[in-house]
Amino acid sequence: MARTPGQELVLIERVCSGETQLFYELICPYERRVYVAAASVLQNEADAEDAAQDAFLKAFVQLYSFRRESKFSTWLIQIAVNEARTKRRKNHSFLYDSIDEKDEDDAGDYCPKDFADWRDTPSEYLQRAELRTALRNAIASLVPSYREVFVMRDIQNLSIAETAEVLQISQALVKTRLLRARLKVRDALAPGLDGAWNSGDGSWRQVRPW
Amino acid sequence: MNTVEISCVEVWRELSNYIDEAVEPALRQRMEAHFNTCKHCAAVLDGTRNVIRLVGDGRVFDIPAGFGERLKASLARKLGG
Repeated sequence: MARTPGQELVLIERVCSGETQLFYELICPYERRVYVAAASVLQNEADAEDAAQDAFLKAFVQLYSFRRESKFSTWLIQIAVNEARTKRRKNHSFLYDSIDEKDEDDAGDYCPKDFADWRDTPSEYLQRAELRTALRNAIASLVPSYREVFVMRDIQNLSIAETAEVLQISQALVKTRLLRARLKVRDALAPGLDGAWNSGDGSWRQVRPW
Repeated sequence: MNTVEISCVEVWRELSNYIDEAVEPALRQRMEAHFNTCKHCAAVLDGTRNVIRLVGDGRVFDIPAGFGERLKASLARKLGG
């Protein structure tokens, strides 16, 4: 049964008061979200798991400093992002940062792309698992700064303000990167889906060509 | 009252805010009028919305098998719980 924010605060206070055995109970509902936050930065399952574990340990150590004006989940996600970024820097040093961390230019307009060859892809319906793989690949193809915003906003369902807080960037930059990330994922997916989009109710709808 | 036309580029620029229902009513009205007449932009809107709907179901990223057990064991070891 989902607990209320009030019950969560009581749990936090009890852990801070020495009932450390309750910590797992406290963080258990957020396992997935913390892992996904780390995975959005690291793109590697084992590294993301390590970073998520480190994030939970850090959260335990810093629990006394948790400020009640933030959501506990947002606070945890922010720690996970920071841990993952630290790990990324350690793992890949300047070489990784100089190539992968280099952001695309946030200025200027992004124009959706038309894929001339999309009609040539096989026309059978994609199964759900295939669709997920296509989505994962599309998300993985984003530069890190866009991927992080996309994951926080559209997968973790954080607000624009929370996304900005977690990633420590301005809300304006969140909006710019989110727009580009959404359009890029759509662009990346369109040829794979042969022009048909899942309309969300089990049916497929042709939205192209034009 | 006539709706002031809006270009495709301006529509793309505000598409994300439109989806998030974060545009002013007047702009929203102009964009809606544009979507009604521009197949290109209507397709971009539909596709982008579908992407958001698909990733929002929370199943795009699989959590590794045994993650919870390993986390619990790690915390018990390090916190002595």
